[in-house]
Amino acid sequence: MRLINRQPGVALKAALTILPFLLVFIAYWIGSEIRLAENPSDKLLPAPSTIAATAERLFTEPDRRSDRILLWHDTAASLMRLFLGVGISAILATIIGLLIGLLPHVRATLAGFVAVVSMIPPLAILPILFIVFGLGELSKVVLIIVGILPFLIRDLSQRVLDIPREMIVKAETLGASSLVVALRVALPQLLPRLMQSVRLSLGPAWLFLIAAEAIASEVGLGYRIFLVRRFLAMDVILTYVLWITLLAFLMDLALRTLSRKAFPWTEASL
Amino acid sequence: MSFVTATNIFQSYGNRPILERVSVTVDEGEFISIVGASGCGKSTFLRLLLAQEQPTRGEIRIADAPPAVEPGLDRGVVFQKYSVFPHMTVRENIVAGESFRTTWGVFSGAQKRAARERADETLKRIGLDHVAGQYPATLSGGMQQRLAIGQALAAKPSILLLDEPFGALDPGTRLSMHDFLTELRAETAMTVFMVTHDLEEGFKLGDRVLVFDKPRWDPTDPNACGATITYDFDARDGGIPFQRLLQHSEEDTHVFRPA
Repeated sequence: MRLINRQPGVALKAALTILPFLLVFIAYWIGSEIRLAENPSDKLLPAPSTIAATAERLFTEPDRRSDRILLWHDTAASLMRLFLGVGISAILATIIGLLIGLLPHVRATLAGFVAVVSMIPPLAILPILFIVFGLGELSKVVLIIVGILPFLIRDLSQRVLDIPREMIVKAETLGASSLVVALRVALPQLLPRLMQSVRLSLGPAWLFLIAAEAIASEVGLGYRIFLVRRFLAMDVILTYVLWITLLAFLMDLALRTLSRKAFPWTEASL
Repeated sequence: MSFVTATNIFQSYGNRPILERVSVTVDEGEFISIVGASGCGKSTFLRLLLAQEQPTRGEIRIADAPPAVEPGLDRGVVFQKYSVFPHMTVRENIVAGESFRTTWGVFSGAQKRAARERADETLKRIGLDHVAGQYPATLSGGMQQRLAIGQALAAKPSILLLDEPFGALDPGTRLSMHDFLTELRAETAMTVFMVTHDLEEGFKLGDRVLVFDKPRWDPTDPNACGATITYDFDARDGGIPFQRLLQHSEEDTHVFRPA
């Protein structure tokens, strides 16, 4: 039997899913054991038990100086920035994508411009954002928007262009105006794609968020990681990294579930 | 008298002629089948009737109105595919036939209830009432095309344009779609243009069959000449093909006579 036709069984499939996680964990554990055996005060690869203890402390115990649990504050601040950045980008991209996809005049005006702007490396203009928008929340949100909006616009406008012409002509023969074509034909078919594009852009959004926080911030997950880096507090860094990974994964899962629930017609077929 | 008039239509893409000297008049309530080989401009002619494209020369008038510049309510259309909206349920698709002409494209309140009731009647008539709440993707190809025709008719157009509507269906479904279309026509007496590859289908359903072909053929450059209507058949005698050639006058149709 060809390899391409061999299917793993249910149990094997589950085991295979867990396997890479397990391998990475074991590799880390062994590395950590070796280093700690040589030097018990080694900070580079703390033992998993140390990380677990640190994680428990970070999640539950308040900071001695400010009497606040810093991890939750960092999480709240970072998520706020992320949601604002991604949310504003998604709304703008939907509107601009519809305009570019449906109106030839807007397309002629903006398509080339967006294509060029999307080539600007967002991090390269981070200093300009800090100068223009200050070191507060605004510049961080703007960096996320600058980073993911051009991609979202290009993706969504292309998606509008991909709607079969027949469907738009059909709507026209039912008397639909440009507005009705946009709202009742293009927009509903665009939204599932928006969910997918947002899911794809969450990775870059986190990247830009942490970069901005690392450079100038007073609170935030990225800020904390780069702060404790100075003390080589690997246990704290690893806890934060795992926490960010979990948050990102949950967001992705939530968007996927929402997309399936909100747009049943994309799943419907014989 | 004549309801649809095409006068001396020329259409070319770039410098490649597709149609030349196409003139035809059609009476209200006639069913016109359009047949011809691939690439002979029959779909182009349908797009011109639809006003999705403008001819390079000549004009098409419906009921003596000025030539349309874009598709509108007076022309209903069913394509081979993509003719229904996948994000709406079957019932919503029918309601869209009435509601899309409003400012926001939706009905509310009493209007919505009335439109839904009318939609349910339409669905019963086209035999789709049992799937009213489902999405089109769950329907078979024949059911989707029936829905597309029902939706187009809900907008009450003056002419109905069908672009190979049954081309993707299996032979059995196709036959039942023929009966369905014949019944609908008996009820509505609509003027219909149907493009098809299938000669038998064209003669069976049509009152007239227009054949598109290239009257001149340049062997060194097959794309040098455009197509026109080379035959105009009367097909009302029980659909027996090639029986009577309509000959209105010498200029009316350009009948190709091999020397």
